[in-house]
Amino acid sequence: MPERDRITSTDVAHVARLACLDLTDEEVEEYTVQLRDVLEYADVVAALDTAGIPPTAHPLPLVNALREDEPRPSLDRDEVLAMAPEVENGRFRVPRILGEAP
Amino acid sequence: MSPTTTATEIAAAVRGGEQSAREVVEGYLSTIADREHEVHAFNLVLEEEALAAADAIDRRAADGEDPGPLAGVPVAIKDNLCTREVPTTCSSRILDGWKPPYDATVVERIAAAGGVILGKTNLDEFAMGSSTENSAFGPTKNPLDASRVPGGSSGGSAAAVAAGFAPLALGSDTGGSIRQPAAFCGVVGVKPTYGMVSRYGLVAFASSLDQVGLLGANVADAALLQEVIQGHDPMDSTSIPDSPPGLCERLAEGVEGVRVGVVRELVEEANSDVAGRLREAAAALGDAGAKVDEVSIRALAYGVSAYYLIAPAECSSNLARYDGVRYGLRLPGADITSTYGATRAQGFGPEVKRRIMLGTYALSAGYYDAYYGQAQRVRTLIIRDFEAAYEDFDVLLSPTAPSTAFRFGAKTEDPLSMYLSDVCTIPSNLAGDPAMSVPYGSGDDGLPVGVQIMAPALGEILMYRVAAALEASHG
Repeated sequence: MPERDRITSTDVAHVARLACLDLTDEEVEEYTVQLRDVLEYADVVAALDTAGIPPTAHPLPLVNALREDEPRPSLDRDEVLAMAPEVENGRFRVPRILGEAP
Repeated sequence: MSPTTTATEIAAAVRGGEQSAREVVEGYLSTIADREHEVHAFNLVLEEEALAAADAIDRRAADGEDPGPLAGVPVAIKDNLCTREVPTTCSSRILDGWKPPYDATVVERIAAAGGVILGKTNLDEFAMGSSTENSAFGPTKNPLDASRVPGGSSGGSAAAVAAGFAPLALGSDTGGSIRQPAAFCGVVGVKPTYGMVSRYGLVAFASSLDQVGLLGANVADAALLQEVIQGHDPMDSTSIPDSPPGLCERLAEGVEGVRVGVVRELVEEANSDVAGRLREAAAALGDAGAKVDEVSIRALAYGVSAYYLIAPAECSSNLARYDGVRYGLRLPGADITSTYGATRAQGFGPEVKRRIMLGTYALSAGYYDAYYGQAQRVRTLIIRDFEAAYEDFDVLLSPTAPSTAFRFGAKTEDPLSMYLSDVCTIPSNLAGDPAMSVPYGSGDDGLPVGVQIMAPALGEILMYRVAAALEASHG
């Protein structure tokens, strides 16, 4: 396992953008220290020799629970839309998606 | 009505027409009115709805119908389980105003069995935490000592049972979130086998680890509720299709000849009085006829590390859905990206953001295999070590938590120290195995100690039998 660089505030700011979280500068600094702590603790796991060990994504031996494709009622459209912050013509309304390139 | 009445007794009395469901519910509502202001177990008490449900049960009983195995028994529901047209907050601002358009399967099953939904209990935001200090609505107090946390994340449910607000409660357990608060509040807490209880309507945190489970004042009550909620649900694709085991009628079978392994690595994590109670519990099982021996499970040393890579990774993916578009909070921005960023920054609390950050990092390009992939392979090592231990033992015994309930603020400045308080409970989630906590004496501080019983997948019957034997030995 190659030595990895410690996480920096630049990394944290980048990850915050990936996660769509507008963090303050103070939060970026705080999370840099805290994530570094947790990742250092996790280094014992990162350093283990796991060659040939398959990963476990899920503890059950079940695969693909399928059912017959029979039409059935789904959630009531009006009831679902009533929970939305903004609605127009029976659809979720959102702010502008396409615009000038940043 | 006496607060010591058990759920089993209530259901028998209501089914037998000796007591009305309304009297039962009024009794619990009165206890809540007396003490809830100092405990804060609930985000919402459903007083009118509970009384209406009780009246409906009483009418059915008067018409000669059997209202069901939970007849008239009030049940408190962790507020990350969906209740139709009743706010479901996950103790987060981001679900502000949201009312689910459907009931969780477990909520439906409780109502169909004659149980009464009493209210929604407080939790660490999105079930991420070990103390309820991460609730957006303020912490729950431990009913046994208001200066101590009730544990978490199902702290509201554990406190509700401990305070006598409800005889039974539902929780969810991703890394110990039912068992650790049960231990801290001196009640019984059960995480069933992964897939044994439907998760349809449980708000997802880490899908390969999350399990709906329950809390009760005693082992028989816990078994009663598990029998009602367990079993296949076509609405949950991870639900086990096999018929679930009967539990209540098996509790008194004892532990003669049962092989009990005391897990050395987890006892070593505990402070001296918790470790002392654990040894007493092991000795009591030996006196009851079990074959008790020590066992070493070396891969457990990697449990917390693997968990705090896997759980945040899954959390970062699951919580991507909170974007201010379809429900809950929205902070309007100039475009969709700024709306997402502002809504999530405002809507999530510090611990949820921390875990989203950690998980996003662990899944990001260049780190995926070193962190998430490696943690999944270590998860396999832990499962294999458990399987090896279960060749020699039927159940495993450990402390539920390394200490008794800690004080408010003791671990909030250092997230890693909070994470380490889950060291004994995390392994069963990684393996998908059932595990439960049973109160067993108290520490030097007078606060309850919990003993954890772990069993292999689908091993609920034996796990409950051992729990019943421990409870009986303790008087």
